Amino acid sequence: MKITMNNTEVVVTENMTILDAAKLAKVKIPTLCYHPDLEVKANCRVCVVEVEGMRNLQAACLTKVSEGMVIYTNNKRVRESRRIIVELILANHDQTCTTCHSNGVCELQQLTEDLNIKENRYDHVLEQEEIMMGNPSVVRDMSKCIKCGRCVQVCNDVQKVGAIYNIGRSTEMRMGPAYDYDLTKVSCTYCGQCINVCPVGAIYEKSDVVSVLNAIEDPTKHVVAQIAPSIRVSVGEMFGLEPGTAVTYKLPSALRKIGFDRVFDTDFTADLTILEEGTELLGRLENNGVLPMLTSCSPGWINYIEQFYPELIPHLSSCKSPQQMFGTLAKTYYAEKIGVEPKDMVVVSFMPCTAKKFEAKREEMYREGVADVDFALTTRELGEMIKMQGYNLVDLEEEPFDEPFGITTGAGLIFGASGGVMEAALRTVYEVVTGEELENINLTAVRGLEGVKEAAVMVGDLEVKVAVTNSLKNAKMVLEKIKNGEADYHFIEIMCCPGGCIGGGGQPRPTTNEIRIKRIEGIYTADQKMTLRKSHKNPAVLKLYEDFLEKPNSHKAHELLHTKYFDRKN
Amino acid sequence: MFSKGGDIMVGKVLEIVDKLGRKEDKLIEILIELQNQSVYNYLSKDVIKEVANLLDISETKVYGIANFYSMLSTQKRGRHVIQICNSAPCYIKEGQHLVTIFEDILGINIGEVTEDKMFSLEYTSCIGACDQAPAARIDEMIYGELDRAKVFNILASLRREETDE
Amino acid sequence: MSNLLFERSDTLLSFDDYQQADGFKVLQCVLKKPPLEIIDEIKASNLVGRGGAGFPVGIKMSSVQRMESDIKYLVCNADEGEPGTFKDRELLSRNPLKVIESMIISAYAIGASKGYLYVRGEYAYLKAPILEALEVLRGEGYLGKNICDSGFDFDIEYRSGIGAYICGEETALIESIEGRSGDPRNKPPYTAEVGLWGKPTLVNNVETLANILPIMDLGAEVYKTYGTEKSAGTKLFSVSGSVINKGVYEVPFGTTLRQLIDEECGGAEHIKFIQVGGSSGIILPESMIDIELSYEAFSELDAGLGSGAIYVADESVCVLDYLKVTAAFFKHESCGKCTPCREGNRHIERILRNLSQGIGSKEDIDTLQRTSLVMKEASFCGLGQTATSGLVSALKYFEDEILLHLEEKCHTGVCSFPKGGDQ
Repeated sequence: MKITMNNTEVVVTENMTILDAAKLAKVKIPTLCYHPDLEVKANCRVCVVEVEGMRNLQAACLTKVSEGMVIYTNNKRVRESRRIIVELILANHDQTCTTCHSNGVCELQQLTEDLNIKENRYDHVLEQEEIMMGNPSVVRDMSKCIKCGRCVQVCNDVQKVGAIYNIGRSTEMRMGPAYDYDLTKVSCTYCGQCINVCPVGAIYEKSDVVSVLNAIEDPTKHVVAQIAPSIRVSVGEMFGLEPGTAVTYKLPSALRKIGFDRVFDTDFTADLTILEEGTELLGRLENNGVLPMLTSCSPGWINYIEQFYPELIPHLSSCKSPQQMFGTLAKTYYAEKIGVEPKDMVVVSFMPCTAKKFEAKREEMYREGVADVDFALTTRELGEMIKMQGYNLVDLEEEPFDEPFGITTGAGLIFGASGGVMEAALRTVYEVVTGEELENINLTAVRGLEGVKEAAVMVGDLEVKVAVTNSLKNAKMVLEKIKNGEADYHFIEIMCCPGGCIGGGGQPRPTTNEIRIKRIEGIYTADQKMTLRKSHKNPAVLKLYEDFLEKPNSHKAHELLHTKYFDRKN
Repeated sequence: MFSKGGDIMVGKVLEIVDKLGRKEDKLIEILIELQNQSVYNYLSKDVIKEVANLLDISETKVYGIANFYSMLSTQKRGRHVIQICNSAPCYIKEGQHLVTIFEDILGINIGEVTEDKMFSLEYTSCIGACDQAPAARIDEMIYGELDRAKVFNILASLRREETDE
Repeated sequence: MSNLLFERSDTLLSFDDYQQADGFKVLQCVLKKPPLEIIDEIKASNLVGRGGAGFPVGIKMSSVQRMESDIKYLVCNADEGEPGTFKDRELLSRNPLKVIESMIISAYAIGASKGYLYVRGEYAYLKAPILEALEVLRGEGYLGKNICDSGFDFDIEYRSGIGAYICGEETALIESIEGRSGDPRNKPPYTAEVGLWGKPTLVNNVETLANILPIMDLGAEVYKTYGTEKSAGTKLFSVSGSVINKGVYEVPFGTTLRQLIDEECGGAEHIKFIQVGGSSGIILPESMIDIELSYEAFSELDAGLGSGAIYVADESVCVLDYLKVTAAFFKHESCGKCTPCREGNRHIERILRNLSQGIGSKEDIDTLQRTSLVMKEASFCGLGQTATSGLVSALKYFEDEILLHLEEKCHTGVCSFPKGGDQ
């Protein structure tokens, strides 16, 4: 099909939108509410173009091409309309960019720069609103909201949670929780997906960067860091690297320069989780326990099941998440070892996740008034901290993690991708049950971005049926199946965020599906390169049991590494 | 049937939802019915929460949709809701005076509820009574060609009805 | 010429009375014809939508009829929210049976098995008689299964509007029937293909559907003898304002505005301007009162007839005050989704309100023009696109009167000028 764009002929295919066609023609049509992973809304009207024969301007993101269509994307009429539209947006926007959380990554900043807008002819009509920060994870500054609607889409269509929605009409219209509450009072899971899609600085995580730097400078405190699997293939994006580039060993170096006393790897407790959870699964299989068993390391998912399906809690594994297992061990085993009081130890985790901030503050995650994890920071905060202290990750030397929590396997690493926990668990369960070595340890059936994946693995005589889901929409679907007695699985991995943790609410901006795929590739590539790839082969983990925990699911392991959940449906 | 707050009991919600249909697309009909049956012409927090539960929609979504429509209210109003048309054909000449008349007689401003909670006063967009301007809507009835005398009589008659009950 | 739509009688006809007056004869006749023949007749009549958009009805019906689907819907749009409009109120209150008969005929033509009569919530006082009418018709075999032994099934559900002007827009109306906020949908796909619950749906205004009866009764050729060459039939004009006799008047297209006001409405004194089409319509100065009420005459002014609401303003009306009240209406009714309408209406209402208090400058006129243009060209739906029609036309003829307010002068005395006014 042929169309004409800006007086140049372009060959296009049917069903393309004008926006797609423009990409082919290497013409940039600016957009704002458009997002490649979400249904087209055509609200902002920034992408309007002139189409010959149509009286009004048309939204490029929405309008499909047709044979012989003549389009102008940048003539006077379009330029002036577009400029007025952006001025109207700015007139109702808090423009204190210099102190904004999205300074430098804001799509509106980029837009005004691209369009060369140097003046606003409209009066500033913004009515400043209070910043909502009543919960540990997600902060909302509605004075910055440009009403693009992406947050509502992701919360309702992708996550099927609906903590926020469009409320009211016209100039009163806002996106937020019922009664203009803080998120604590509605069914928010703190997954932070809204943060990932917000084009401006209206939603962001509560920052703990300064608190951590202060703790580091406190001579009485021993400050340790743990780094989640996903971080190593994502944080590099904040320093100009391609998504999926593994910067694993630059991170210990960066954090030591910043002043952390020890830098550990959460992959260690991911390995530990496999032993605990694998043993738990085998226990349920042998003793007619509650099946299917559901993983429990995703706090956004835990928030979801507690608030929406508390009656299915018995299906959850009782294992804590790797973050929390680490915190507990740090303040018991490790603290004892080095002779530091738990209250003088500060455990800082770096997670791709905003719900981890909430998880760290759960009552059950404290021992005698001391938190197991003191601060849970996002990948974004890690990047900010490194930059703030004057370092460029790219220039740093590689250094190893500290002992005793530094030896890890690829099984722990793949926790970062959807299907990783399942694959890691099966690598161990297979060998422990059959006593044989697993020949092909790459369980590709459970890998990838797809929302629901299924597999069946012969473990000895038993056909173990598993499922893997990501995004809460798919969690809901699986839970409904369980409720209806239709869930023919033994074990299900459930991750709150699309793509798993690498797509988490704390990841660098932007986080689109295209980028998720690259990060996933990074994870499996890194796994491939590791010498040890099965959790039960991790010598440091085995030593931990020998020295301290006795054996998986022992009384001590239960006391320290397992937790309970609550009915929070109100 | 009514709780202390003078509003609709949660049990009634189930009755209405079952009658109209427990499906997401029945939401608006359900909200209209619930509001009609409430004493203070609004949808309380409890009612919204219960509807959300029964229809498997998030509380925020129900609240958001209710707030989109001018005829639904999530704020307590009077037992009788008075809506004065403020669109051009009514408002331009006599409509503005009509507001003053109501405010005078009731002793409240637009947007408020009388102390005895009997009447609340608000604006409405055109109600299709432009040939009888200035017009107002009280509960489900539309009254046209209003002047001070007529307003006084209508309000008095509503008061009498209530005392008779 | 007798009327096509209105009997002179004002009383609500009972079913028996209606039947006696030849009610349902047309339906019975139609049910013996193939649906395509009916659509051809409607196409031949040149009937266009009477709600405001003015789209050719035959073509719309044809698009729905052509679609293959397990179920199709017919929606009668009685959400009449355009200020100054009350014709559908009259149609529904005088003779709902006629409206329902038209709906059944239309449904038969397009192959719809379920209909919705969406009546604005403010007309709740019409609900009981309409529900009763529907019940009676079911009893008499005019609704339900196998209507008049024709094998055609169709029933109608009454749905109430809930106070949102935007729900007069067909996709927003459909959103509301589906239980959501009235946010207009992306078009294409059009409702003929993807409407209610994704199925082919015909949405038409009450008056539009009511015209189908006389077309099928008298035939397209006779129908076309009413009106003008490009605007066939009659139109119901809702007249309010400074005329002696306010009300709904049925006149053939081609009648001039002066004829309507003088001959039907008893005249009006000291006319200053007339807004045609409701708040989203064009404002004409008194000097243009001889304009023909037809689509082609108004199309030359780049305007339409809209809902056919006619507001006659006399010399005591301040144009700026009028525009301010109109802007407040659109600001209140905007769904809020798209930038030009939400923000545009916000600025326009604010500027007009300030100007009416003597606050502002001559540059504000440029702002009003610029904002009106972007709303017209880039809004998501018709609300934003037509919200400033009145303003733009008024600026052509009454700019001086508006600007005078900057000197704290209002000819009519309507506007007052508080010191250091409220922004």
